Amino acid sequence: MTRFNAWNVIKNGLNDQTGWDRQWRDPEPKKEYEIVIVGGGIHGLATSYYLAKNFNIKNIAVLEKGWIGGGNAGRNTTIIRSNYMMPGSHQFYEHSLKLWENLSHDLNYNVMFSQRAHVSLFHSPPARDVAARRYNIMKLHGTDAELWDINKLKKNIPYLNYHNARFPILGAAVQNRAGNARHDAVVWGYARAADQLGVDILQNCEVTNILRTNSNIDGLETTRGIIKAKKIGFAVAGNTSRLWEMTGLGNLPIESHKLQAFVTESIKPLIDQVIVYGVGGAHFYISQSDKGSLVFGGDLDWYKSYAQRGNLPIVQDCAEAAMAILPCLGRIRIVRHWAGVCDMSMDGTFFICNTPIKNLFLNAGWNYGGFKAGPASGWYFADLIANEQPNQIIKNHNLERFEKGINLDERGAGPDPKLHG
Amino acid sequence: MIRIKCPYCGERDHSEFTYGSDASIEYPNLESNAKDWTEAIFFRKNIYGKQIETWHHTNGCRLWLIIERCTITHKIFSIKPAHPEIHKLLKNQNNI
Repeated sequence: MTRFNAWNVIKNGLNDQTGWDRQWRDPEPKKEYEIVIVGGGIHGLATSYYLAKNFNIKNIAVLEKGWIGGGNAGRNTTIIRSNYMMPGSHQFYEHSLKLWENLSHDLNYNVMFSQRAHVSLFHSPPARDVAARRYNIMKLHGTDAELWDINKLKKNIPYLNYHNARFPILGAAVQNRAGNARHDAVVWGYARAADQLGVDILQNCEVTNILRTNSNIDGLETTRGIIKAKKIGFAVAGNTSRLWEMTGLGNLPIESHKLQAFVTESIKPLIDQVIVYGVGGAHFYISQSDKGSLVFGGDLDWYKSYAQRGNLPIVQDCAEAAMAILPCLGRIRIVRHWAGVCDMSMDGTFFICNTPIKNLFLNAGWNYGGFKAGPASGWYFADLIANEQPNQIIKNHNLERFEKGINLDERGAGPDPKLHG
Repeated sequence: MIRIKCPYCGERDHSEFTYGSDASIEYPNLESNAKDWTEAIFFRKNIYGKQIETWHHTNGCRLWLIIERCTITHKIFSIKPAHPEIHKLLKNQNNI
């Protein structure tokens, strides 16, 4: 594998870029692996990378039913932040943010991580109190957080609608270390780095059946033959319930809903931060990509669905929200929009846990937050698979927490998956 | 846009309606143990394909409906009022 460094860039600049290898191999599946991860998204690839790197396990495969970067990794708005307050969750997301901060160096792949600040607007004194509480909790745990009053906000983001907004802007809660990254580069970087450590990445390899004895999973029937494994991890986001059904373990506290994202035509640099607007029924977040397109999104489509395409009422909702705070966008054109299938959990928090089957491990329930969580998800899932017990930080992020009454409901929305946006 | 044929109001855009939940859930009786209640409240089949679900005609007649819909294609197979008496009443009036 040719490393990305200044010398190789110059050398290949002089020889017509002919000296680069392919980024990862395309191996034939082996009959048996030590560990098989189902799902070649950010979470699955990161898990395989940290299993190989942190635990020195060599014989690993990642099974992807489509191609790397074709699922939710390529269907999100790439926002990275760590403004969580539930026990376990804030340590987890802060760990993720720290991994993001060094990810390009770690993977030798530019993931274009940009800490451009996450600016969450508030529009009423009670909303300011809620923001202050959340941001005080963050500061108490050593995460960076700021509250901006209206003057500071006007100075930093002068083009918001300060004049006649239906819900006047009073200020913003800000995390300066938050930002975004290039979505494809993250999966490509993890795939390349994992491959370098000997992980087999098997694309077009869909699991069609699970071969199970009473206490164990023996192997997986796939579209590329039967693959056996000593340990198996599921990291398949919106399709978790489908895979789970094949195990015969009953139901999961997850519903699949779709979330849309939108990209506009490219314009000159306008939005330097990630701006979030949420009041009443409106929900909207926007940033500008390095190509100049505005990338934004809003709520779920509000009904359960496995379709990877969005509905029109949400297009209208997002457009209305955009006009409410950014009237300068009135004539910009949307060039693409799409939807990803989100694994919405019953309390809005994820699962990285053991399952009733001894050699099966579950990574699911990422709701809106799968992209930013990717690195830590891989880190802790690898830790769980290698040690067969969860790290202290995520000891309650399991399927039993509902029966015990330890719901990790960040939003306080109750057991209705579509409300945990 | 999904078009939903409300038994009372006629065919409307789904934006007039609110999606409720999985309508196949059966709640245990009050004396049941925590495990059964946890299963009913928090655990879902999350069906890939045809499922029975509730919708509320929020910006219309405000009837709760039971709808059979495919979660992949969004095609609707059947619609009836959730309340059996209303279902009977409307059935007699409209021959639905």
